[in-house]
Amino acid sequence: MPSETVLPDRTDSGTPAETPLRLVGIHKSFGGVVAIKNFDLDVKAGEIVALVGDNGAGKSTLIKIISGLYQPTEGEIWLNGQEANFRDASDARAKGVEVVYQDLALVVDQPVYMNMFLGRELTTGPLKILDRKRMATETQQLVDALDVRIPSAKATLSDLSGGQRQGVAICRATHWASSLVLLDEPTAALGVAETAKVEELILKLKARGAAILIVSHNMDQVFRIADRVSVLRRGTQVATRSLADTTHNELVAMITGLAS
Amino acid sequence: MSTTTQTEPSLLARASNVKWSNYVVYIGFVLVFVFFAITQTQYFLNPTNLTNIVIQAAPITIMAIGMVFVLSTGEIDLSIGSTVALSALTAAVVLQSTDVWWIAAAAGLAVGAIVGLVNGIFITWVRLPSFLVTLATMGLVAGLARQLTDLQSVPVTDKAFVWIFGGGNLLGLPIMVWWTIAAVLVGWHLLRQRRYGAHVLAVGNSAAASRVSGIKVNRVRLMVFVGSAMTAAVAGLLYAGRLQGARYTLGETDLMTVIAAAIVGGTSLFGGKGTVIGALIGSLLMSMINNGLILSGLNVSQQMIVRGAIILIAVSFSLRGKKNS
Ligand SMILES: Nc1ncnc2c1ncn2[C@@H]1O[C@H](COP(=O)(O)OP(=O)(O)OP(=O)(O)O)[C@@H](O)[C@H]1O
Ligand SMILES: [Mg+2]
Repeated sequence: MPSETVLPDRTDSGTPAETPLRLVGIHKSFGGVVAIKNFDLDVKAGEIVALVGDNGAGKSTLIKIISGLYQPTEGEIWLNGQEANFRDASDARAKGVEVVYQDLALVVDQPVYMNMFLGRELTTGPLKILDRKRMATETQQLVDALDVRIPSAKATLSDLSGGQRQGVAICRATHWASSLVLLDEPTAALGVAETAKVEELILKLKARGAAILIVSHNMDQVFRIADRVSVLRRGTQVATRSLADTTHNELVAMITGLAS
Repeated sequence: MSTTTQTEPSLLARASNVKWSNYVVYIGFVLVFVFFAITQTQYFLNPTNLTNIVIQAAPITIMAIGMVFVLSTGEIDLSIGSTVALSALTAAVVLQSTDVWWIAAAAGLAVGAIVGLVNGIFITWVRLPSFLVTLATMGLVAGLARQLTDLQSVPVTDKAFVWIFGGGNLLGLPIMVWWTIAAVLVGWHLLRQRRYGAHVLAVGNSAAASRVSGIKVNRVRLMVFVGSAMTAAVAGLLYAGRLQGARYTLGETDLMTVIAAAIVGGTSLFGGKGTVIGALIGSLLMSMINNGLILSGLNVSQQMIVRGAIILIAVSFSLRGKKNS
């Protein structure tokens, strides 16, 4: 089944500025194993696109490609109309791409504010001394603005619940993302209430105009928060649909490859 | 302010939440101090003896600070003891031929830098576990130290060298105390006040999280091994200056004491947590125990037995708490 995404005109000097993410013909193989073939997708500002598929379909691989951890074997990544070539994760971060990982890319023995600024710590003075005070204040403001309930910005991460930690990770992405946020199964490890809280946060991100690509195994979640959905099956992009134009059953059929 | 929806925990609950393991070293320090003060009043509390405890501890303190950084990244450096000997001997040999103290010191430090780089390169580029790499370099460097002077001791007579790295006195304080203060300040600054220190702890906590956060994980790892070997080289110079000579046996038995000082001080053996002040207190504690045991008239073998037992107890206290928390 062909993808419904319109291929960009390659002679075009750039894509419209309102397209924070455009993937063109992304292909990735690990040695002989093909993880992704010919993947195309646009994610617009203020839009949530869900990426679904069975285990091993290639979802995390795609997220890692967009975030610079892997390089695509073939294909192009366009950010806000500019072609991007990431050598590593810090390249992508410098371009305003933020990721929230399934397995929480946080350091548990450090305070919340250090996690918020991990790898980008604020310093002060000619001696470049860590500005713990300013990091804590800014973290507290952000956490308050997004209504993430944690005891304090100075609390050690290991003292927080899984939902609170994921809240911190999303706050971090919000703080640093200039246009694009990638979420790889952000609620996989969370209970019902905490999942609701995280979904609320994601919708706040959308309201702020971020382009959001979220990987999820939870179809109800996809229907609750996403605008469009793209389905991967064993590395092949099966379809990209507006959620208004599809049903739960159709989605499951596309994921599994079995007719419903 | 955003706060938890739950009510604030009671004072009692908070008191029981305090991580006592963080303070084990201070409590232990006070207990041991009081014990020797009571049992060995006459000699132990003598100011000269107390200063001696700090002086004796100086090389261990400095190496324990280097070890804090290594352990904080979740690695270990077993090669420090041999590096002490090779650095001391190299400095002594160079001093004999040049008679210039700073060239000798630079040669000793260069030994540290090279050993550290070799460790670091094998750990980051060849991706071998630090335990294996430093176990191998421990033997290799010890062999070089034996080879260098064919097992002969080398005397150190240069006045400047001996003053700076041994018996000097500055503003009424022994030079060894100044070395200790300098090492603690530098170590504390690097670990607590610099981005580097934050990255060291982050790498020890989760190398994957650090990597996706843009931290140059391998560079951090390489640096901690260079730093650790450099502290061992400094310790070697201090031994050579204090004993006015170098010998291949220098530093031979220091590894256990250094690791114990760091861990008892509150640095995690599993990475992610490190404290320089704790390492200082841990090292002083070890030195104090040593001193008290000698004053108590125990012979060398008895001292070793008691010291080993004490380290075992102290380490199990601090590590048990860590795992629970
Ligand atoms: N670094 C790698 N080296 C080799 N093969 C890899 C690598 N990373 C992923 N793969 C392979 O690529 C395929 C896609 O994996 P990926 O992790 O992207 O799946 P996923 O859709 O995220 O699955 P899940 O829902 O279980 O998280 C799998 O077959 C996997 O084995
Ligand atoms: Mg995955």
